[in-house]
Amino acid sequence: MLDLRQYNSLGAALRDALERWPDETCLIEADREREDSRLTYRQFKEAALPLARALQDLGFSGGGRAAIIMTNQSKWLLSAYAIFYAGGVLVPLDFKLSAREHLQLLSHSKAEVLIVEHYLWRGITQTEGFKDLKVGTVLVTEAPAGVDLAGARRWEEAKGRGEPAFVPRGLKDMACIVYSSGTGGRPKGCVLTHENYLEQCMALTALYPFWPGVRYLSILPTNHAIDFMVGFIGPFTCGAAVVHLRTLRPEYVRTAFPRYKITYMSLVPMVLKNLERGLKERFAELPRHKKLVLDCLIALNRMLTRRRPKLGLSRRLLPQVHNAFGGELRALFVGGAFADPSTLQFFYDLGIQVANGYGLTEAGTAVTLNDFKPFRADTVGKPLPGMEVRIIKPNPEGIGEVAVRSKTLMPQYLDDSEMTAETIIDGWLMTGDLGYIDPTGHLYLVGRVKNMIVTEGGKNVYPEDIEAAFEGLAVKEFCVFAANYIWPERTVLGEKLIIVLRLEQGQEFTEALREDLATRNRGLPDFKRLSGYVIWPTDFPRTTSMKIKRALLAESIGERLQRQSVMVEL
Amino acid sequence: MRRTLKQTIDEILSLAATHFKVPKEQLTPEDDFFKKLGIDSLQALELLTRLENHFQVELPDYEMQGVTDFRTLAERIQTRL
Repeated sequence: MLDLRQYNSLGAALRDALERWPDETCLIEADREREDSRLTYRQFKEAALPLARALQDLGFSGGGRAAIIMTNQSKWLLSAYAIFYAGGVLVPLDFKLSAREHLQLLSHSKAEVLIVEHYLWRGITQTEGFKDLKVGTVLVTEAPAGVDLAGARRWEEAKGRGEPAFVPRGLKDMACIVYSSGTGGRPKGCVLTHENYLEQCMALTALYPFWPGVRYLSILPTNHAIDFMVGFIGPFTCGAAVVHLRTLRPEYVRTAFPRYKITYMSLVPMVLKNLERGLKERFAELPRHKKLVLDCLIALNRMLTRRRPKLGLSRRLLPQVHNAFGGELRALFVGGAFADPSTLQFFYDLGIQVANGYGLTEAGTAVTLNDFKPFRADTVGKPLPGMEVRIIKPNPEGIGEVAVRSKTLMPQYLDDSEMTAETIIDGWLMTGDLGYIDPTGHLYLVGRVKNMIVTEGGKNVYPEDIEAAFEGLAVKEFCVFAANYIWPERTVLGEKLIIVLRLEQGQEFTEALREDLATRNRGLPDFKRLSGYVIWPTDFPRTTSMKIKRALLAESIGERLQRQSVMVEL
Repeated sequence: MRRTLKQTIDEILSLAATHFKVPKEQLTPEDDFFKKLGIDSLQALELLTRLENHFQVELPDYEMQGVTDFRTLAERIQTRL
């Protein structure tokens, strides 16, 4: 791999990578069972540089901000490289957000360029507030012939002539603005520097190396912090290849492993569980004697790999299982949310290492990772090289808020010094997660200090962000909470959101109100939906500026009501 | 002959009932299929593949974004028939 200590920016490192391995494959794009494209590093460079030049011809210069909103595909990486080459700051936006949220974050980030997939652009142009969009240049990918692009240009035609100028950036310069959440009025734009990414890349590739010939299967969108690191920067700075699958459908994910001889893959717990379910179904269909043999082999593998993984041995003991994954799989990275220990153990017993960890955008990507020495399904692993983790104000059991310090830590939230000061204290990032460290240095997560949930799909959901969907509800006031924030439970699995309703004097909770609540709830993306409601008998406590005192309200509810007695299914 | 929306809905309900092993009589077009079938978004995508094969159309994953009930799903499919 490249010696990343010698580089000051992602753009410079990627530029050298393209020169170093010109004939190696760097990108394969597949959709269902079709292969759409395949590029070597040389071809990648030949495709990206004309785009960089086109951006520069359109006035984009060093320090300028460019947003990408795209599903998982090659054009994402080509566009990102062109932006870095031109010295730009990348704003990767989650394509699953609504068009309204896209507009809000484009405005907040002050992006001057937007590169967007056509169906998403169509949604943006049809949204109230589109006329106020201040992005100067919009490049739209995959637009059908003849459609009105509402002032945008076609990405495929954005090819400038002549060499673009490479614009160098410094270690401390902003590389990306990544929104960890907060579209509901106070966007949390994590400013990540080139140093943050280079340091993180060195730490991760020290544990999980890439090299030419390695194939990484990418199913998460590249705006996801994990995929950006292990599905772009990591493999590219090592001459490896990234296989983009443009569908998340389990049947095509399964067949991609053997087809492309995948080495690594990142996924969120929900996808991991789906793979587990698929395997278990196949095991259950086996004739009884074969199932018995399989169970014995799994038990034997478990015993022989108790102290450390032995990939070669596991592949020999359980060839059918490993061949179903292509025979060359070294590890699955799971992140974005807490993975169920029983699922991790299931895969480990088959000889498939699932590297579970813990991370947050504010800390680069990963903070801890399981090192398999030995495998510990119940923890989120040990701190990565260069990461300091400590527990703030531990209780007698050693449980307290997890704090992190490292060179991968973001310096600030974009344009929000107040939130930055609350989050980074004396150089330590206060994560808002509760945990403890055992004597062997493994971190355990047991809950959250903050009012938020993380779904199995890896989405952070802040209750404040979804309150807009309930505005106008016929009640006196309402407030959304993470149930665990009101009634703390020692778990970060199966977290739920609830709405607290304060009715008008004499108002009854009618069927019409319940129906309105349920209808609005159904209109939300599945990961943002409420699980139940609570009727609260008194007015909410408020600050002098009339903001709800959420912590105080949560405390009062927790004291007066039992969790089980008030949760009513919506 | 082109299917009507009603026919499309009916066929979707039949396929969903078979795939997820629930009695078809328990399903209605307005049902939130995540809740009614107790499935996650990946299982909903699995259903989408079944529907693609049945209706002989191709639906990008994003067509499922924000869709939670059988009727809306049928409308999305109907536009491509």
